[in-house]
Amino acid sequence: MQALYAQLLVGLINGSFYALLSLGLAVIFGMLNIINFAHGALYMMGAFCAYFLLNIAGIGYWPALIIAPIVVGIFGMILERTMLQWLSGLDHLYGLLLTFGIALIVQGVFQNYFGSSGLPYAIPDELKGGMNLGFMFLPIYRGWVVVFSLVVCIATWFLIEKTRLGANLRAATENPTLVRAFGINVPRMITLTYGLGVGLAALAGVLSAPINQVRPLMGADLIIVVFAVVVIGGMGSIMGSIITGFALGVIEGLTKYFYPEASNTVVFVLMVLVLLVKPAGLTGRAA
Amino acid sequence: MKHRISALFLGTALAFAAGGALAQDKNVKIGVLTDNSGLYSDLGGAGSTLAAQMAIEDSGLAAKGWKIDLISADHQNKPDIGTTVARQWIDVEKVDIFVDVLNSGVALAVNNLVKEKNAIMINTGAATSDLTNAQCSPNTIHWVYDTYMLANSTGQALVKAGGDTWYFLTADYAFGHALERDTAAVVVKSGGKVIGTVRHPLNSSDFSSFLLQAQASKAKIVGMANAGGDTTNTIKQAAEFGIVSGGQKLAGLLLFINDVHSLGLKVAQGLNFTETFYWDLNDGTRAFSKRFSERMKNKAMPSMVQAGVYSGLIHYFKTIDAMGGNPHDGVKVVAKMKEAPTDDPLFGKGTIRADGRKLHPAYLFEVKKPSESKGPWDYYKLVGTTPADQAFRPLSESACPLVKK
Repeated sequence: MQALYAQLLVGLINGSFYALLSLGLAVIFGMLNIINFAHGALYMMGAFCAYFLLNIAGIGYWPALIIAPIVVGIFGMILERTMLQWLSGLDHLYGLLLTFGIALIVQGVFQNYFGSSGLPYAIPDELKGGMNLGFMFLPIYRGWVVVFSLVVCIATWFLIEKTRLGANLRAATENPTLVRAFGINVPRMITLTYGLGVGLAALAGVLSAPINQVRPLMGADLIIVVFAVVVIGGMGSIMGSIITGFALGVIEGLTKYFYPEASNTVVFVLMVLVLLVKPAGLTGRAA
Repeated sequence: MKHRISALFLGTALAFAAGGALAQDKNVKIGVLTDNSGLYSDLGGAGSTLAAQMAIEDSGLAAKGWKIDLISADHQNKPDIGTTVARQWIDVEKVDIFVDVLNSGVALAVNNLVKEKNAIMINTGAATSDLTNAQCSPNTIHWVYDTYMLANSTGQALVKAGGDTWYFLTADYAFGHALERDTAAVVVKSGGKVIGTVRHPLNSSDFSSFLLQAQASKAKIVGMANAGGDTTNTIKQAAEFGIVSGGQKLAGLLLFINDVHSLGLKVAQGLNFTETFYWDLNDGTRAFSKRFSERMKNKAMPSMVQAGVYSGLIHYFKTIDAMGGNPHDGVKVVAKMKEAPTDDPLFGKGTIRADGRKLHPAYLFEVKKPSESKGPWDYYKLVGTTPADQAFRPLSESACPLVKK
């Protein structure tokens, strides 16, 4: 029984990564209608950015939590301005293919320079060690990741669903012409939103750097699972992706305990089951 | 009639000329089939292609009129892709010899094809000991290391040092299964016990669930029957969950210098594991590794897989040179390669056994503390050496049909 509690907690920790990543995807899809396949590569760039900050500029983990998302977010905004904006109004497939291509190029470049084994990034001193919870040894860093991710997820949800800025944004995606008539600069808003989604991916990358090796393929390994999370939660649904992210982390954790061999596929089995019953996802808008 | 006779003469003369040319055929095509983009690409990948290139240059065969071509491809760690490429290479590209072929799943699949088509495989990357046991082939030589040797060396040493209860974290495919099976056998034979095992999918990024299970088992040794990125992430996360500080010991059953480089000495220090090549072993290995590293991206030192590509090809070149030409007959060339003793600066003197197993010593290393390391890539301390004749599975235990009993 104790082992089960431990697995549930570990699942929750992984779920927080899924939630953060799928949240960014959901924001981008919900607001821009772009299926952002470059998300995994941008997550990886966040981790590498933290690594460079530490090893080149001597800037540690805490400032990196702010700087890396901004740097990668700006890179995302440049991508949006130079490439993605030309696809607005076209079929989703074009955005998917373009971002997939971008992901391959970015990963290829990083792999060419840094190989596949990855680079070390240490846990910050303040968060080293762990505590004995009785049923498991919880590394303090992992506890921090869950709490921090939850705060970021809720803040993002609040920003989009409950503030005036969010209301404008949602209106702009529903009827850009009308919103523009009110004097709001819609293209700039869209660029900033893409930057926000990308920043969330980079933030997850910084959080993951001390746990995983900083590897060029770290995003590629994760992106398919995260897409499954977004599909199950309902494409574009902010709250859906947060809840599904955490839930799938837990389900995957339990599978690792009861039948580890299936832990990489359980998410997709669930996706199929959910889509059979609710084609728009658990909390998605009907197409 | 006259015309007929001269046509007959001409035909016979042409046939002789063609026959002569066949005996004198000095064309060779080498295929480096490896992982160029995935989790094992630092161990083999571009480094294996470079090692093959260096072997071609150092062989001196070009000056003797040989034409040696080199091609390389990415099998993406998928046996189906590996065999498709291999089939095309043999049928269309006329590849004579495959090198590297890391990933046991791919290697076993290609092994069958190479035998069917009478080509050659010098396997330097895959670990499964089945390549020279139940699935041995007259066309295959297993050059660098295998799961039996790793189990025998590291497993035995750790049980002797008091690690008598084991829990395995195993990559869920041919390689992991073979390594777990061979190590478990050694553990039991040495008086230890296997408490449990968990099998994780290849290329997992999170090992915390599996590590918690290993921790709960209270086994003295957590044996990592995985490789590459899987192993580095396991080691890193094991440190995080306090596995080692809690009194359990991590056993890296297969670790490469690139893994240690990527982890950094702070995390990797104290790990014990076995390799058959280390760049800083002697003058010969240092000289080669320096040349290799200068031409390599990131100035990386060669892994044992890459060193094996060089060493295996050098012996192959010597053999076909002695034969006077390339007969393009895998079985024939491999038989000749087995007859002659091997000797190169990287692995020293050695032999190739009837089952295709190349024999050389195995070294048990310990990763240095950061304070002990004098610079980049100065990572290992030599703890023990197993002589060539004791390092690998004895022929008496072999299930290989090529071994006469």
